[in-house]
Amino acid sequence: MSKEKKVKKPKGKIGKLERKEALAGYAFIAPWIIGVLLFMLYPLGQSFYYMWFNIRITPLGTNFNYVGTGNFTQIWLENPEFPQQIVTYLWQTILEVPIIVVFALMIAMMLNGQIRFKGFFRLIFFLPVIIVSGPVMNMLVSQDAASIPVMNVQSIVNALDTFLPYSLAESIGELFSNMIMILWYSGVQILIFLSALQKIDSALYEAAKIDGGSKWECFWKITLPTIKPMILLNAVYSVIFLSSNEQNELINMIESAMFSGTKEKGYGYASAMAWMYSLIVTLIVLLFFLLLGSKKDIYDRQVKRRKRAMKKEARLAKKIERRGIRNAKKLERARKKRSYKTYSGEGDYR
Amino acid sequence: MTKEKLNRFVFGTREKEGVGKQFVVYALLICIGFIYLYPILYMFSTSFMNRDDLLDTSVKWIPSSLYLQNYIDAAKSMDFWMSILKGILIAGLPTACNLFICMVVGYGFASFSFKGKSILMGLLIFSYILPSQVTMIPTYVLYNNTHLAGTLWAFILPAVFGNGLNAPIFILIFYQFFKQVPRVLIEAAKIDGAGYFKSFMKIAVPSAAPAILTVFLFSFVWYWNESYLTELYVRGLTTHSEWTNLVIQLKNFTTNYESRATVGDMATSLNESVRMAATSLSILPLLLMYFVLQRYFIESIDRTGITGE
Repeated sequence: MSKEKKVKKPKGKIGKLERKEALAGYAFIAPWIIGVLLFMLYPLGQSFYYMWFNIRITPLGTNFNYVGTGNFTQIWLENPEFPQQIVTYLWQTILEVPIIVVFALMIAMMLNGQIRFKGFFRLIFFLPVIIVSGPVMNMLVSQDAASIPVMNVQSIVNALDTFLPYSLAESIGELFSNMIMILWYSGVQILIFLSALQKIDSALYEAAKIDGGSKWECFWKITLPTIKPMILLNAVYSVIFLSSNEQNELINMIESAMFSGTKEKGYGYASAMAWMYSLIVTLIVLLFFLLLGSKKDIYDRQVKRRKRAMKKEARLAKKIERRGIRNAKKLERARKKRSYKTYSGEGDYR
Repeated sequence: MTKEKLNRFVFGTREKEGVGKQFVVYALLICIGFIYLYPILYMFSTSFMNRDDLLDTSVKWIPSSLYLQNYIDAAKSMDFWMSILKGILIAGLPTACNLFICMVVGYGFASFSFKGKSILMGLLIFSYILPSQVTMIPTYVLYNNTHLAGTLWAFILPAVFGNGLNAPIFILIFYQFFKQVPRVLIEAAKIDGAGYFKSFMKIAVPSAAPAILTVFLFSFVWYWNESYLTELYVRGLTTHSEWTNLVIQLKNFTTNYESRATVGDMATSLNESVRMAATSLSILPLLLMYFVLQRYFIESIDRTGITGE
C-alpha cells in the first residue's frame, strides 16, 4: 500500500463545498459501514459475550448459564487436543510462511529474467490458486499425492526427533510430507512479487552495473529493499490464508465444538476457542509486522534528523526575533516614560 | 585462452547470461513446474484406471485402457450437472454484489476526503486480518434466528453490505485503482454538471475494466472454492437445504457414494480411482475457465496495481 503524503490543510472552518464532498464520501462508503457494524463488530461483541457462558439449545429456547472463565479452563485443562493443536499450528505457520515467501520470491525472480515460455511457466505456477480448496486438498493429501515422490519423510522425522522437541519434529515432518501443498499456496504471492519486480526502475540496475556491482550485490542492495513492503504483504497474506484454510485442524475443531451435543461444549465453548485462536493468529501477524515492518533506512533517518534540527533552529530564530521585538518595545516604552521626566536637551525650554 | 572462452560461455559476462546459468534456470523451472503439476497429473492418471490397473504394480502412470466408468459413477454420485448449476449461482450472485459494492466503497475511499478516513481504513485492514472464525458463531445464530441460514441470502446479504468473502482485498484493489484515475477527469465532469454518482458511473467505472475483471475472477474462484462457510451458512449444517456445490459434494463424497453403492446404483465399488475422478470433476469447470481466461488472470494483478505505486 502506498504511503500518502500528508498535505497540510489550511486551518479554519470547513467550507461548504468541502462539507458536501465529505457527505458524498460517507454516502459512498455507507453500505460498507453498515456491513461492518452488522457483520463484523456486532458478531465480534456477541461472541465476546458468548464466551463467558455455557449455552444450551433446548426446544424451549436457548439457555445461557454464566460460567465465568469456565470455558477457558475447560479448553486448556480438560481438552487435551486444543493446546496440542495450537502448538502444532504455531510451529507450522512459523515454518511455512518463510518457505512460501522465499519460494515465491525465487520463482518470481526466475520468471522475471529473460527466459522463453514465460507465459507458459506463469500459467503453471498460478494454476493452484484456481483449484486449492479444502476438500480437493484433503482428497489429494489422503492419496499421498501431496508429497514429493522421492522423499522419505519418515527417516527425516526420525533423524530430527533425536535432538528436537517432539512437536517441532512432527511439524517439520508434516512440512516435508505436504511440501507440494505448501508450494501450491504461493501462487498469488508469486504474482505479487512478479509485478513488484517489474516495477523496479531498470536505471537503478544500470547505475549499479556501471559502478561495478555484481548481480548478487544488486539483489541485496536494490531488489530486496525495494520489494520489502511486498514481503510483508505476502507474509501477512500467507498467515491469513493458512489460518482460514480448511486443511487447518483448528477451524474444524471449532466447528465441531459448535454443534457438539455434549454438555460442556456448544456456542459459548466454541466462541472461547475462536477468540483464543484469533488472538494467536493476530499475534503471528504482529510478529511478522515486527520482523518485516518498514524500518526506515539510514538515509531517511538522517534526513528526518536534519529536518528536525532545522525546525528547531527556525523555532529558535523566531523566538529570538520575537524577544528582540519585545525588547525593542520595552525599550521604546522605557524611553517614552523617561522622556517625560528628563530633558533631552532639544526643543524649547520654558 | 580457450578456457577463458569456455568460462565466458558457461557463466556469461556482465552483459549476457551464460549458457550454463540459463540451463540451471530452465532446469530449476522445469523441475519445480513438474513438482507443481505432479498432484494433478497423478490425479488424472489415477482417475482413468480400472481396478486391475490399480492393483497391478507395473502400471504406474499410463492406464492400460481408457476406463471411463469411474467418471460416470462419480458424476452420478455427485449429481454433477445440478451441482455445477447451483455452484454457479452460489458463486455468481454474491460475486456480482461484491463487485459492485466494493467498487462503490473503493471509490468512496479513493476520491473523497472526510473525517475519520484513516480510522475507517484501519478498520478495513483489521477486518481482513480478523479470522472469520471469531465472528462465525454469532453470525450463524443471526442467520438462524432470521431464517436466512440455508438460503443463498446468507451469502448475498453480507456481500451487499460490503462484507462478502475477502471483500477488504477487493476494496483495496479498487481503492488503489481509483486513486490512479486522474482527478481532472472527474472535476471536468463536475463542471459539466454531473453529480457524484453520475461521475462515478460514467467516468470511474468504465476506466476500471481491468480491476473489475480481476475482482470478478478472484471473487468467483474464492466463492466457488469456499466449502467451510458455504456448508455452514448456505447449506446449513443442521438444516441441510438443497443448496450444494461441487466442492461440498466432494467433501461428502465418501459417505454419499457408499450409501448409493449399497443400494446397488454404482458399477464399481469405492476405490481411489473413483475418488480421483470425483476430484478431477470438481476442479474441471474452474480449470476450463482458467485455460480460457488465463491471460486475464495473470495480467490482471499487474494492471490493478495491487502492489501499490
